[in-house]
Amino acid sequence: MAAAALVFEGVSKAFNAVGQTSKALQSVDISIQAGKVTGLIGPDGAGKTTLMRLAVGLLLPDAGTIHALGIDVVEKPLEVQSSVGYMPQRFGLYEDLSVQENLDLYADLQGVARSERSARYQELMHMTGLAPFTGRLASRLSGGMKQKLGLACTLVRPPRLLLLDEPTVGVDPVSRRELWSIVYRQVRQQGMSVLLSTAYLDEAERCDEVILMHAGRPLGQGRPASFSAPMRGRTFHVSAQGLGKRSLQSRLSLVPGIIDAIIEGEQVRIVTATTGLPDLSAIATGTGILHTQPAEPLFEDAFIARLKHEPGAGYEPLTAEQLPAVPVAAADDIVIEVHALQRRFGDFYAVKGVSFNVRQGEVFGLLGANGAGKSTTFRMLCGLLPVSAGEVQVAGLDLRRAAASARARLGYMAQRFSLYADLTVLQNLRFFSSAYGLDRAHSKQRIAWALEAFELENYANASSRDLPLGFKQRLAMAAALLHEPDILFLDEPTSGVDPLARREFWQRINALAESGVTVLVTTHFMDEANYCDRLVIMAEGEVLAEGTPADMKARFRSDSHPDPTMEDAFIGLIEAHEAGREAVA
Amino acid sequence: MTPAAAARMRLAGMIRKESLQILRDPSSIAIAFVMPLVLLLLFGYGVSLDARHIPLAMVVEQPDANSASLIGAFQRSNYFVPQTYGNIHAAQQALDLREVYGIVWLRNDFTARLLSRGGAPIGVIVNGVDANQARITEGYIQGVWQVWLESYAHSRGVELAQPVVLEPRIWFNAAVRSRDFLVPGLIAVIMTLIGAMLTSMVVAREWERGTMEALMVTPIRIGELMVGKLAPYFILGMGGMLLSVAMALWLFDVPLRGSFWALTAASALFMMVALGMGLLISVVARNQFVAGQISILVTFLPAFILSGFIFQISSMPVVIQMVTHIIPARYFVAILQTLFLAGDIWPIVLANSAALAVMMVLFLGLARRKTYKRLDA
Repeated sequence: MAAAALVFEGVSKAFNAVGQTSKALQSVDISIQAGKVTGLIGPDGAGKTTLMRLAVGLLLPDAGTIHALGIDVVEKPLEVQSSVGYMPQRFGLYEDLSVQENLDLYADLQGVARSERSARYQELMHMTGLAPFTGRLASRLSGGMKQKLGLACTLVRPPRLLLLDEPTVGVDPVSRRELWSIVYRQVRQQGMSVLLSTAYLDEAERCDEVILMHAGRPLGQGRPASFSAPMRGRTFHVSAQGLGKRSLQSRLSLVPGIIDAIIEGEQVRIVTATTGLPDLSAIATGTGILHTQPAEPLFEDAFIARLKHEPGAGYEPLTAEQLPAVPVAAADDIVIEVHALQRRFGDFYAVKGVSFNVRQGEVFGLLGANGAGKSTTFRMLCGLLPVSAGEVQVAGLDLRRAAASARARLGYMAQRFSLYADLTVLQNLRFFSSAYGLDRAHSKQRIAWALEAFELENYANASSRDLPLGFKQRLAMAAALLHEPDILFLDEPTSGVDPLARREFWQRINALAESGVTVLVTTHFMDEANYCDRLVIMAEGEVLAEGTPADMKARFRSDSHPDPTMEDAFIGLIEAHEAGREAVA
Repeated sequence: MTPAAAARMRLAGMIRKESLQILRDPSSIAIAFVMPLVLLLLFGYGVSLDARHIPLAMVVEQPDANSASLIGAFQRSNYFVPQTYGNIHAAQQALDLREVYGIVWLRNDFTARLLSRGGAPIGVIVNGVDANQARITEGYIQGVWQVWLESYAHSRGVELAQPVVLEPRIWFNAAVRSRDFLVPGLIAVIMTLIGAMLTSMVVAREWERGTMEALMVTPIRIGELMVGKLAPYFILGMGGMLLSVAMALWLFDVPLRGSFWALTAASALFMMVALGMGLLISVVARNQFVAGQISILVTFLPAFILSGFIFQISSMPVVIQMVTHIIPARYFVAILQTLFLAGDIWPIVLANSAALAVMMVLFLGLARRKTYKRLDA
């Protein structure tokens, strides 16, 4: 085996915030193999970014040594920086420079000889598909294109070690696939060593090796299969006749011996603590026949199983009392009606002719990449943005003209959570309850409920700024539910939140939907589409498809692809859409 | 590639990038060229510390040839617009209503006392609400009176009652136009704005947008990073300076009595000091808002108030006078006002330049030492 490309020995790093120290890394020993793609996987705050920054000399370790390509990073940071490529989470492209000018700058900084440039540029532009856009300003590129340009700038002089910090966050699935193929091509052609961090668990399986991080420590390192192999015989698909998937899921998650239960299509996928199925008779009674069949273990199962062993991982199945309950108004009425909706900004159509209906108690998803028009559609539905053409009715009302009392039936959770960072959790809740006009007694009762149901008691007096992202999300959701709305709008609620917090979040959404609340949610996580009853897939302001997740996937089932994922379906739809457009042109 | 060639390439790349950003960002052009224009027009035309066309009440209790001659003297003066009142009460009322700024009171025994040794035959009352204006008005009244008295005595062939005659000679700014010292001083303010505020904000912008992190892991050296940032803004600042000088000379007719080259050299020195302050601010400020606030507080406002540009340093309280020594603009304003109005007075120019040079070394050195290619420093 070749010498390791990156070695951490006993590395610790702590940060001093006001009056408190947080340990980002605690005596980390890792070794990254040369010529391989190693994935750094872990929830938010696990220390992934700190580890990367230490490796390129942007931070100094408190203890321990770091060698990159055999060079001591602390002693000779410049030497390391001359042979390592690093792409930070938000790769700083100069948005007021063109694609070509960005490349030129990094070529100058990296000392690429002028004679070599044109060949290298051509190769990079071809690889990233940016060749037609070299004159375009970086600010005019889509999210995926920006990320690819960032990668091209990092690769302009092929580094021997490439560090990528969450390169695929917020990038549409098509661009994600392209990014991965670029990375693998570098490894093949240049023998590059790559360390890549990601919060997408499904990407772990694309790595040669995986390091699992949690709370500043590595929990394990090995091939992805070595993580999922021990899970064989512990994963099952369960379905029950006469019992909705949501009820089934919430009941299953309370069974001892089941550590994870998530909705996948019309079934529930469970992970057990030990090999074999636990006793499910308690669930079977009074319902109907329970179908169980073994499922292929995934990396995600191993991840969840490992983290459950960790103290303080903060993932416990929620008890029935903790799930938010809102009075039910059982009916199968259509509560949201959207017809030929359009939104123009100048001569740019952000949304062009979108139509769909949402029924009461349904979880309805708007799935699409950044810039697909999801948020614009959403804002029009909530009455935050005027409609250019078309009709929108929410609960039978046009929200643009409806009275404030009608708005009280809605809960809205904005992207990035719109909390007051300088206020404490309690102060935020008090503010929102007064904004919704709750009277004193009612407000007191609802705030007590929110603190309990969202497990925020221990944080009640903590400043919202310092909350972990998952807790910010809980607080935002609690605030949106204070006035017991029966329609809930959630705009990218899980963006940037780690997989454990996402699971918990969806459990709460499920419970809300069960109790009759209509939930409309936008997301760019393909796997989250599985939680929706129905969804639309959007691209470039248009609806490409509408239906249940199973419908969508079924469209792309073939002999070569017997079990397509939501991502396969999404990419298939985008490709068909683009092919159609080219045919027209 | 040799290390020197690589370093040149990195530096050239940085400078090109920074220049392109300046050219494409309307806000840097606005700060460098539109702001000087607005400030110069405002101070050149709007703000004036001169007393001109002051409405003045003349109380003549007994009109005769002498009083008419004195009123004529006030009328001929550029400084006053005299209005005649028959008695002191009417004049006082006008003063209360702010219709006039001062009163010259010629009693009925004016002519009789004119040649006696008995003291002032005229009474002067000035509105003292604005002390500065009051002092100027008083001085001008004194001046007109003195001149008139002299010519009166001369025409009569009599000796003057007052033994000593004050004959004021104002040097360097013979017309006593406040514009002539405000406009050169303003150049210091404008260059502070470009050097410190613009520079600290563009560095903060790199932190905000995450471009700094990507930049830091490239092989670029701190020195190259700093020079790459400084060079384009140095040129931009000198451009702002040339624009201001051109406007001063040709729009406002401010004389330039010293040499243009001395002016350019001193400006270049001050520009480096301002850039040093900008870089130093960017060490602590990592977002544009904070950078803007800090640079206004520690560079722009002091350059405005404590540099001697508007308010005379020697008339400030002693403590404040001491504070002005740490304001770089103070030295530059002294150089500017000397070069424009007095000429190449080398002792003043060189002494102040030496102070600026010390500050340049201090600020740039500190900025260099406090800038690391690290995020936790």
